[in-house]
Amino acid sequence: MVGPSVELREVCVTRRGKAILGPITLTLGGSGFTIVLGPNGAGKTTLLKVLHGVERVSSGTVAWSSGDAAARQEQAYVFQRPIMLRRSVRQNLAYPLQLLGMPKAEIAGKVVDWAARIGLEEMLDRPAPRLSGGEKQKLALGRALIRAPRVLFLDEPCANLDGRSTREIEAVLQAAHAGGTRIVMTTHDLGQARRLATDVVFVLNGRLHEQGGAPGVFEGPQTAEAAAFFQGDIVE
Amino acid sequence: MNEIWAGMLEAFRLIVTLDGDLVEITLRSLQVSLSALVIACGVALPLGTWLAIRRFRYRRAAIATLNALMGLPPVVVGLIVYLLLSRSGPFGVLGLLFTPTAMIIAQVVIITPLIASITHQAMRELWAEYHDLLISLNTSSRQRVVTLIWDGRRALLTGALAGFGRAIGEVGAIMIVGGNIDHATRVLTTAIALETGKGDFALALGLGFVLIALALIVNFAIHTLSRTEREGTW
Ligand SMILES: Nc1ncnc2c1ncn2[C@@H]1O[C@H](COP(=O)(O)OP(=O)(O)OP(=O)(O)O)[C@@H](O)[C@H]1O
Ligand SMILES: [Mg+2]
Repeated sequence: MVGPSVELREVCVTRRGKAILGPITLTLGGSGFTIVLGPNGAGKTTLLKVLHGVERVSSGTVAWSSGDAAARQEQAYVFQRPIMLRRSVRQNLAYPLQLLGMPKAEIAGKVVDWAARIGLEEMLDRPAPRLSGGEKQKLALGRALIRAPRVLFLDEPCANLDGRSTREIEAVLQAAHAGGTRIVMTTHDLGQARRLATDVVFVLNGRLHEQGGAPGVFEGPQTAEAAAFFQGDIVE
Repeated sequence: MNEIWAGMLEAFRLIVTLDGDLVEITLRSLQVSLSALVIACGVALPLGTWLAIRRFRYRRAAIATLNALMGLPPVVVGLIVYLLLSRSGPFGVLGLLFTPTAMIIAQVVIITPLIASITHQAMRELWAEYHDLLISLNTSSRQRVVTLIWDGRRALLTGALAGFGRAIGEVGAIMIVGGNIDHATRVLTTAIALETGKGDFALALGLGFVLIALALIVNFAIHTLSRTEREGTW
């Protein structure tokens, strides 16, 4: 099963007169687990938001194969800083389904199921804004996957997680990927990138420096910057 | 000093025995201020929310106007409403002057900017917090407004309570447009002003206690609301 693909052409994002992304030309196919790598401030978050359509582009075009109107409806996004509705964990998980007008009984079943998958089944009635940083990230992930999106964007979903939670989340992500969800994710964990990636996008200073299939791209990157970054060196 | 003590005792007697005048005046006060509150909320809640989430050309000017209106002295509001409703005014034919309706109108004008401003503040904060998520989930604008109002309901209730507190304790405007007519437009604050002037401290104090009790209840409710919000007890 192949999901929607996307094509970026000469995309630039400018904020307050400063170019923060681009120009970037990039095509992402309809399946796979793409890892976006790059140092802090490289433009990873901006790139993901542009792909999802929540960040306005200053020039260039973003074209989803499924058409603009349908695109975001079948996507989900986990933000770098989790956004919690001021409601219980249960209600946070239920919210995306309520928006679709799904029957209550069906929602309740899915909520319990997903709470178990992300390890929050004990906390269903806790207020979400009171969760720990890691619990919030898990909840944001569950809330994104509960709609069974065809495309999932993740902005450092494991940043605050310990080793065990990271393994659990990686398993959830790999299951979603195996189930046909197309994933685009940023991470600062090179080990995680190697474990999960089917292909890699490397950005630096708002530009695309490298794109290629894993694990090949880790072994023989085309640019010196990517080679240094993959080795764990500091690049600027 | 004796006179005051006697007044106090008499005031308690009036409250305990549910004195007819005292009950009538209290109920009229509640009726006027609650009516004003419902109408003001009907305008202010959507207005404040709309100002918070919509970008439009004169948004800043609209917010500045709202804040300026909030500082309008009630007596001046009373004067303007009086002129509008007086026999020779544009709405004179309606014959509303010196009726509870005129008092409701004056109170609506006084508290609508207050409630709208508190609503705007709260909704703007919540919208900044939720913005990316609600856009990402492809919500319709109706779904956004419903979500914001529901999740901001404590703040909105706080705004409404503040508005009610202001309305029930206000005296200048309703004195002018209501006229403090016995069995018609006499409410807690105007009655206190009048009875004090006449030297009848008993009724004035009795009504004063009722007013203080109402104010305390409102403040206690606001306090409780903000505590449940802070502690996240949902
Ligand atoms: N709204 C904005 N206004 C001005 N500059 C911005 C804005 N948003 C982002 N930037 C800048 O754009 C650059 C790219 O930001 P972005 O968040 O995409 O980086 P990132 O690769 O995700 O970094 P990190 O690894 O720290 O998350 C940064 O230099 C940032 O300061
Ligand atoms: Mg980022």
